[in-house]
Amino acid sequence: MPMRDTLIANARLLDPATGLDAPGALLVRDGAIADLGPGLAAPEGAETVDAAGACLAPGLVDLRAALGEPGAEHRETIASAALAAAAGGITTLCVLPDSDPPIDDPALVQFLIRRGEATGSVALLPYAAATRGCAGREIAEFGLLREAGAVAFTDGARAIGDARTMRLALSYARGFGTFVAQHPEEPSLAAGGAATEGELATRLGLPGIPAAAEAILVERDIALARITGGHVHFAHVSTAAALDRIRAAKAEGLAVTCDTAPPYFDLNETAIGDFRTYAKLSPPLRAESDRLAVVAALKDGTIDAIASDHQPRDADDKRLPFAQAAAGGAGLATLLAVTLARVHAGDLTLLEALDLLTARPARLLGLPVGRLARGAPADLVLFHPDRAWKVEAGRLPGKAQNSPFDGRALEGRVLGTWKAGRRVFGG
Amino acid sequence: MTLAYPHRHLLAIEGLEPPYIADLLELAESYVLLNRSGKTQRDLLRGRTLINLFFEDSTRTRTSFEIAGKRLGADVINMSVATSSVKKGETLLDTAVTLNAMNCDLLVVRHGQSGAPALLSQKVSAAVINAGDGTHEHPTQALLDALTIRRRKGRLEGLTVAICGDILHSRVARSNIHLLTTMNARVRVVGPPTLIPAEAARLGVEVFHDMRAGLRDADVVMMLRLQRERMAAGLVPSSREFFRFWGLDSEKLAAAKPDAIVMHPGPMNRGVEIDSAIADDPARSVIGEQVEMGVAVRMAVLDVLARDLRRNA
Repeated sequence: MPMRDTLIANARLLDPATGLDAPGALLVRDGAIADLGPGLAAPEGAETVDAAGACLAPGLVDLRAALGEPGAEHRETIASAALAAAAGGITTLCVLPDSDPPIDDPALVQFLIRRGEATGSVALLPYAAATRGCAGREIAEFGLLREAGAVAFTDGARAIGDARTMRLALSYARGFGTFVAQHPEEPSLAAGGAATEGELATRLGLPGIPAAAEAILVERDIALARITGGHVHFAHVSTAAALDRIRAAKAEGLAVTCDTAPPYFDLNETAIGDFRTYAKLSPPLRAESDRLAVVAALKDGTIDAIASDHQPRDADDKRLPFAQAAAGGAGLATLLAVTLARVHAGDLTLLEALDLLTARPARLLGLPVGRLARGAPADLVLFHPDRAWKVEAGRLPGKAQNSPFDGRALEGRVLGTWKAGRRVFGG
Repeated sequence: MTLAYPHRHLLAIEGLEPPYIADLLELAESYVLLNRSGKTQRDLLRGRTLINLFFEDSTRTRTSFEIAGKRLGADVINMSVATSSVKKGETLLDTAVTLNAMNCDLLVVRHGQSGAPALLSQKVSAAVINAGDGTHEHPTQALLDALTIRRRKGRLEGLTVAICGDILHSRVARSNIHLLTTMNARVRVVGPPTLIPAEAARLGVEVFHDMRAGLRDADVVMMLRLQRERMAAGLVPSSREFFRFWGLDSEKLAAAKPDAIVMHPGPMNRGVEIDSAIADDPARSVIGEQVEMGVAVRMAVLDVLARDLRRNA
């Protein structure tokens, strides 16, 4: 049975791909955007949603999230992650492969895609392992994995530390027109560390990871991108030094891209004061100067996307002495609102912020989503940019409650989410 | 043979001028006819000593040189590494001294190290023929491939030849690239980026990573052997993936010209770089003919180098 048409009327239409920011309505038909613009009337039989002036934008494209399933369903299932994503306005979710089992076989990629389809609310796009078992040694079957639907290749939270392996991965990926996403942290410098090395870590008595561990791996991989012609993507970049190198590599014309995640432009290392393990992340939160550099790099285009960097953890993972607690923060439900904080602070325009959450990551992945255009899939988020709320761990949608933003007051609330024309949140 | 071959040895195709290549192919052509007639020319190398010095295992090439030498009347001695004093610690140059003392005239050398035959050639009185050195060159293979192509296509010039697979480790690919580009064929190399050597395009070839694109309208499809070690070294993730994307099957071959010929220097890995249905298809595969041409080409090379020996005698 065909879906009824839906007209979302009285909205502020925001399409970062075209720069559209104007009042109007948007008509959804058969899962796609049939029309949009001012003065659009509801066709006969259409359901009308009154947006009451709220913002209507493309559904968010989250470039990076780890899910509890498969392997750690006690932390999170795909169904619970899909709930959190829908509540966060995310309609496309790229999931990391360093699960149990690691996603290094074509059948597992297809399994995850089907599990995503079964949610009906979010497209799961699996990354496949860059190396077998995400063990960092032999490159995986990029060609077969790509045919199975892998969106790109990465070892997830594990850095590919061996230079030759990274070189081969970048080189091999080039033959398939895909990229390798790196967790940019020199593993030998990061081993055993719990916080960014510096005064705070010293005062807290925590083993430190030098911030330079990031720039060192970024510098190396840029050199490897140069000799292979391959495309390297750096995930959750968090330091000024690394961003400087990425900026220079882009200016040189190399195939280098990067993303960051809300903690790295909204929080600094002081969030771990009092040994708050919910703020224990990987990479660790940085000094304020690095946070400011991330904000500047969002503004000047060096950073290509903002990803949730969602990492579900349960209470047992976090109620431990800081150094023993698991790193990682839940990020799906807060992705939009924490990003909008940069808009309220005047660092980014609303369109710039949305661009980093929709059109730019979609373009990086070569996906036809992330835009308000006739014929595009009706993946949409309706949000009120100013409505205030408070992040409370324990009351977030979905199972994972380990938000580093626990207690943070935010402005910007998702009112509705549509996936392929079907309302999946806020109805 | 219209021109005197200007070198004492045959160490590489690179640097060989087109007329000498053409002459060698012409001469080889005459040996094809001779061989097919069942006759021999045993007086040509009578009294000459040919030593096959193989530091790497080989059946096909060594046998081919042995037959070529015997058909021209040479005394052929096979020295393989397993039985030689090299295993006992003798250096390459010690070997050269020994060979000189044996009055060897023609020395066919295969060695795992690039440049080893060139090093030997500086120290031995014999004419040295490189029968494959490391990942450098395998000149007689390129000559026999060219002869095979020429017999099937009538020419080399203007043909599009796609060399596919492990270019990085292939001496066959390098010799063929030099020979075919020298003779004005259009050469493409096709394979995963991890198996294409750095600056390959500087050798005058076009580089492709997609097999169908690389084979489009090709006249000749030359497959290379993918050794299992390449998988172990992580250059290719698995043989199933290699076959799926770079193995020659009828679907990929359909991109080439309808009359394209398929070549392989042997030994083949069926189901890795080539589908048996292609390898055994008499309408496309010239793999058997390559072996026949190998003997003729090696007779021509021995003949030409022996002329130089006669002049210097």
